[in-house]
Amino acid sequence: MLTTALILTPFIGAAISLLAKGNNSRYVALLVALIQLGITAAILGSFIPENGVQFDQNLAWIPSLGINYHVGIDGISLIMVLLANIAAPLIILSQFNRDIDRSHIYNALILFMQAAMVGVFVALDGFLYYIFWELALIPIFFIMLGWGGPNRQAVTLKFFIYTLAGSLFMLVGFILLYIQSDNGFDHTALVGLNLDGDLQLLIFGLLFIAFAIKMPIFPFHSWQPGAYTEAPTQGTMLLSGVMLKMGIYSVFRWILPIVPDAVAQLQGLLITLAVIGIIYGAWIAIKQRDIKTLFAFASFSHVGLIAVGLFTNNAMGFQGALYQSLVHGINAIGLFYCADIIQNRLGDRLTEGKGGIRLVAPWFATLFAIVMLGTVALPLTNGFVGEFLLLIGFAEYSVWFAAIAGLTVIFSAVYMLRMYQLVILGENNTSSNFTFTDLFASEKIVLVILALLVIFLGVYPQPILKLTEPAVMQLLQQINA
Amino acid sequence: MNALILISLLGIAVLFAGIFNLKNRSIYLAVMGLVAAVALNIGDWGTNVSYYNNMVQFDNYALAFSSLMTITTALVLLLGFHFYKNGDGSTVDLYALMLFTLVGGICLVSYSHLAVLFIGIEILSIPLYILAGSKRDSLSSNEAGMKYFLMGAFASGFLLFGIALVFVSTGSFHLAEIGSAISSGSVENKGVLSVGILLMLAGFLFKVAAVPFHFWAPDVYEGSPTLVTGLMATVVKTAGFGALYKLYQGSFANMEGIWFDALWTVAAITLLVGNISALYQKGIKRLLAYSSVSHAGYMMLAILALNTQAGNAIFFYSIAYSVATVAAFALLIAVIDLRGTDTLEAIKGLGHKKPFLGFAMSVAFLSLAGIPPMAGFMAKYYLFKTAIEMNLIWIVIVAVISSIIGAYYYLRVIATLYQKTDGETNPVSFDWAFYSVVGLTLVGTLVVGLFPEQLLTILG
Repeated sequence: MLTTALILTPFIGAAISLLAKGNNSRYVALLVALIQLGITAAILGSFIPENGVQFDQNLAWIPSLGINYHVGIDGISLIMVLLANIAAPLIILSQFNRDIDRSHIYNALILFMQAAMVGVFVALDGFLYYIFWELALIPIFFIMLGWGGPNRQAVTLKFFIYTLAGSLFMLVGFILLYIQSDNGFDHTALVGLNLDGDLQLLIFGLLFIAFAIKMPIFPFHSWQPGAYTEAPTQGTMLLSGVMLKMGIYSVFRWILPIVPDAVAQLQGLLITLAVIGIIYGAWIAIKQRDIKTLFAFASFSHVGLIAVGLFTNNAMGFQGALYQSLVHGINAIGLFYCADIIQNRLGDRLTEGKGGIRLVAPWFATLFAIVMLGTVALPLTNGFVGEFLLLIGFAEYSVWFAAIAGLTVIFSAVYMLRMYQLVILGENNTSSNFTFTDLFASEKIVLVILALLVIFLGVYPQPILKLTEPAVMQLLQQINA
Repeated sequence: MNALILISLLGIAVLFAGIFNLKNRSIYLAVMGLVAAVALNIGDWGTNVSYYNNMVQFDNYALAFSSLMTITTALVLLLGFHFYKNGDGSTVDLYALMLFTLVGGICLVSYSHLAVLFIGIEILSIPLYILAGSKRDSLSSNEAGMKYFLMGAFASGFLLFGIALVFVSTGSFHLAEIGSAISSGSVENKGVLSVGILLMLAGFLFKVAAVPFHFWAPDVYEGSPTLVTGLMATVVKTAGFGALYKLYQGSFANMEGIWFDALWTVAAITLLVGNISALYQKGIKRLLAYSSVSHAGYMMLAILALNTQAGNAIFFYSIAYSVATVAAFALLIAVIDLRGTDTLEAIKGLGHKKPFLGFAMSVAFLSLAGIPPMAGFMAKYYLFKTAIEMNLIWIVIVAVISSIIGAYYYLRVIATLYQKTDGETNPVSFDWAFYSVVGLTLVGTLVVGLFPEQLLTILG
């Protein structure tokens, strides 16, 4: 019941927010997101990591096609649900002092998106999962289309067609799985299938295209920088903070336990692609002048490392990938928010002609620094824990490869610190009466919460790791069975 | 059968209503009659009666398809209030012709004798030739009528010739007898039979506008009055596929080889040509014409699969497609009224000006593109599943690629609706009938998409 409540609350909230007049919808949306957070806390409170799938509910939906409404939460789902539901109130709060026209529709779409993404993370029936996966595409399509930057139409269509293409191949993959399994689409049934090698490869290919596009993994990434840059800030936060985790989660849920032999066979290729993505993304990020585009490529590069973790086939790598998903979500939201604040104050997001912000806006400069250091994976920040786990996991696979991937930490220090130095530090030499209003209350709340999360998850990762550990162990058993 | 008689009489009654100049009231009469016809169909459900020496058979398949077409026609007629707002008394004739088209459609899904098939096609087509050219002062409408008539006459010729050849080789006009002749191997001249089947197929492909017999479709769709185009895109396509499936399932299922390869090829090129051509259309009406071509390609997957679910798959697809297409044409009428033309350029910003219409149009086009949770997705999924279960992987892959191309042009329409630049909007008001059609199709698209269980199993 609680799981269903997690899906329904934002849906209903979206409807209410549509009815609210003008800016009132923000308060409605925030309230709904906080209720949702409350439900998440209740689930977290009574969740027992060792018990596998919990809070599950299984109702017949389209019995003639073997489709059920089956939802439930295990450790892997929970961490993603946690991310989505922590992110949503922050994302809603992040537009409180911005002027957004048709704000009621905007907020409704954000909540709609949250509902669909939570649905993806808790669905245990392949078909239901697919419906939620596609459903998440509709609100972000309209968010980008209605509130995006000047070049949004082309970019939005590209994004949509790219992801839809992946999804349709995934659908064919699921139909093949359905035909193999007599019990329909149920996750447990699909895990127990023991498919033969060629079929595994075919299904892996069909599913992986969809997930690789969503994350994205090199060379399926070309929709991403444009979409991140053109989307409105909240859209970018949803995309990079939560939506790309749908791809990572899906590999955990629908690829690793179902077609493990195919993954083992292609491990080298997959890891190579991911490593290329790490280096390539970082290389381009170094050359960027637009802060938002820089963060977009940084995100692409960091996700490459998470993708490596997915395919290392060991506990450290899996744990790291899950932890880093949460971390990356928090950091990405923070970074894109900082870019938005700079744009809001100065009218553009270029790294040139800035500087001196630290002198006039110490709150902003400090909080920005904390979030940025989290991304750079400084020890005692959240990024360090995630990337450390990932690199250990990777080293179990290959030390040399891990050393190359480890460059991501150095690279990200290069582009992040340089950007920070150019934009925030130093003297402003363009105008004598330089003004930069420090954070407004709502901005301060968002960034303080994010900074606290950066530090807390960096200092004390144990509770989160304990949540996912039994699920990861079970997954490893399924893979090696 | 009762429904068929009722609708025939209804058509005549509506013609008489024209004499008394009951312009709008004749729509009430027609729609109420159609609702009664659906009720009669529901009453006949499960009876499976055949008439006239077994020449027509009203089984559940026929009843389901005729109910769908009846409802679609009723929705199109309701749009007549708005579309023929300024029409003179002669518009009543057009309503009667639409009803006669429906009569032809019902013959097509209930025949079990090839003579009825041919009569049905003619009853369906002749009113449509007139309807296509019914905008008498418009050159393109005249052209559409003429073109449709010439092409249709050719297609009928092919079909008739095909029927004759099938008769020559199997000795029967009855579906079941043809089927048993083929499966028992008693056919003497296989070559003649194959040519007959291919000629019949060609006739059908004309009617449902499949590549390479689709060239008439864009011009006829564009030239005909929009309401008539709506009827063509829905009822004619449903009837055509209802009839084609009956033919293959009843007679040719055991005929190995030739028809399967021909249909496979036609399906693949229909999907690709329809979708790729649609990419280059500047007008929404022409775009919908090519979209209708491409949907014929999807529906052919079920005929290729021809297993126990195939009939249901076609039926479900027809529902989803008809509902979304009626909505799309209703909104196209609105777009043309509001902006003067139907080009993509003209609809910029309309979604902001008219939020409800924009929303409805988005839902209709998302459904046509096959995005969940709309009905179009369920329909496509069911078709793909049916086809994959019969090991038709490659044609499904072609269909998937076409869907991706298709999504682009459908979504481009939506994207243009929500552009910031604004065009001139004419002050037009829409009546209750218009809004109820849009509302019903909107709700229908979502409900059928989310709760398809009953409809997926209706034909067993």
